[in-house]
Amino acid sequence: MKTFDYVRADSLEEAADAFAARPGARYLGGGTNLVDLMKLGVERPAALVDISRLPLDTVEELPDGSLRIGATVRNSDLAAHRAVRDRWPALSQAVLAGASGQLRNAATTGGNLLQRTRCPYFQDVAKPCNKREPGSGCGARDGVHRDHAVLGHSAHCVATHPSDMAVALAALDARVELYGADGARSLPAAEFHRLPGDRPEVDTEIRPGEIITGVVLPAATAGVPSAYRKARDRASYAFALASVAVAVGVDDGVVTSARIAFGALAHRPWRARRAEEVLLGAAPTEAAFEHAVDLELSAAEPLRDNAYKVPLARGLALDVLARLTAAART
Amino acid sequence: MDSHQHQDEGPATRHRSETTLRVNGKPHTLTVDHRRVLLDVLREDLDLFGAKKGCDHGQCGACTVLVDGRRLNSCLLLAIALDGCEVTTVEGLSGDGEDLHPLQRAFLDRDAFQCGYCTPGQICSALGAIAEASAGHPSHVTDPTAPSGEPVPLDRDEIRERLSGNLCRCGAYPRIVDAVEDVIE
Repeated sequence: MKTFDYVRADSLEEAADAFAARPGARYLGGGTNLVDLMKLGVERPAALVDISRLPLDTVEELPDGSLRIGATVRNSDLAAHRAVRDRWPALSQAVLAGASGQLRNAATTGGNLLQRTRCPYFQDVAKPCNKREPGSGCGARDGVHRDHAVLGHSAHCVATHPSDMAVALAALDARVELYGADGARSLPAAEFHRLPGDRPEVDTEIRPGEIITGVVLPAATAGVPSAYRKARDRASYAFALASVAVAVGVDDGVVTSARIAFGALAHRPWRARRAEEVLLGAAPTEAAFEHAVDLELSAAEPLRDNAYKVPLARGLALDVLARLTAAART
Repeated sequence: MDSHQHQDEGPATRHRSETTLRVNGKPHTLTVDHRRVLLDVLREDLDLFGAKKGCDHGQCGACTVLVDGRRLNSCLLLAIALDGCEVTTVEGLSGDGEDLHPLQRAFLDRDAFQCGYCTPGQICSALGAIAEASAGHPSHVTDPTAPSGEPVPLDRDEIRERLSGNLCRCGAYPRIVDAVEDVIE
């Protein structure tokens, strides 16, 4: 590992200043991904600005019925929070479906969103990877890509985003709050991550030096029945092969709200807008769910060895839609 | 003290800083290279060999210790970022006396290991998991309709799920679950 300068920030301003003053700096949160990437030589920061102790470790219920989760709230605390479990259960379930107890105790809300792909070509500095080293090529496109993207990939990159949490945030219409040199701003979680296009080295819309300060779950999705389901190679402690977060409301025999996001299918959580559109106002029948999900997944362009992901994701989505609407359909 | 500590002694510089860790109740002030992780400081500087280096990437759990009461992978924690933290390793579980912690005793009684390499991590992880369940933390296998905030009863499925971050290449899992069940009953 390359040597680096270390500074602990006590405030957002201090953190942003310390970052700006040190070219090649990285912010350090829980470190579960960053420290690992430093050991692998993928990340070689000149300095670490430690933001893990910033006073962003609380979950606040806001007067309008939304919930603000601070960026340094640990994944395990987020998943256990009563308001999250009771009103946005898909988020709690998604967090608990990821990593291990130890890692969830360390990983932060902000860091989870900023974790890098687990593509083996990205993690191996001896291999070509446009995300790690722009212009070096993509080893995965014609190589080992069973775990890779089936939607929204490009000639330059077929990596997927590994987060479970981000999939639930995208489905639940959460917003990501940011702080930077130009002040504070926020973005929809579903638009925080990018598709790779010809710049796969850029994972998200965050600007250099910006810090995630929190995520906000809106009142609009509070209490809407929601769930997360994930398929993986072992029963626990593995990244998703496909996953889905669904929040669906039914009233008087029609779907009044539908929010669906797929995980592990693309470079970002894949919000299924086409499926949602056709479900709105429809009767919550198996046929309607199949039509909607098939319409969404018709955009899939599987690689040589990952076509299995399409029926897998389809099955997960149909199961969760049926389960969440079971009471309303009887 | 072993040679590694001597290698890492010396004044703070741009790439080395002072950090104070309380380990098993004893304070240690060390000047460490920023690159060093807690696991290496425990084993190389403090002669605490309980926590093991398996994968060194947070995937096997052999390095699990308790930091401020929570179980963490010590291989992924930069020592410099832990200034002021309280660390408990397997060596600190029995306190000052000779008596083993009840969970250590249960691992012996149940023969919950073969080679023993993963055992300190399994034990620290299980203690963290038991505390999390009592504090009402759900797991992937907890019924989503279970009342939030209430302690979660640990059946075998819960124990298996909560310990999934600790691999045992000997495959002693059934007896590890037995041992953990013994101390929660």
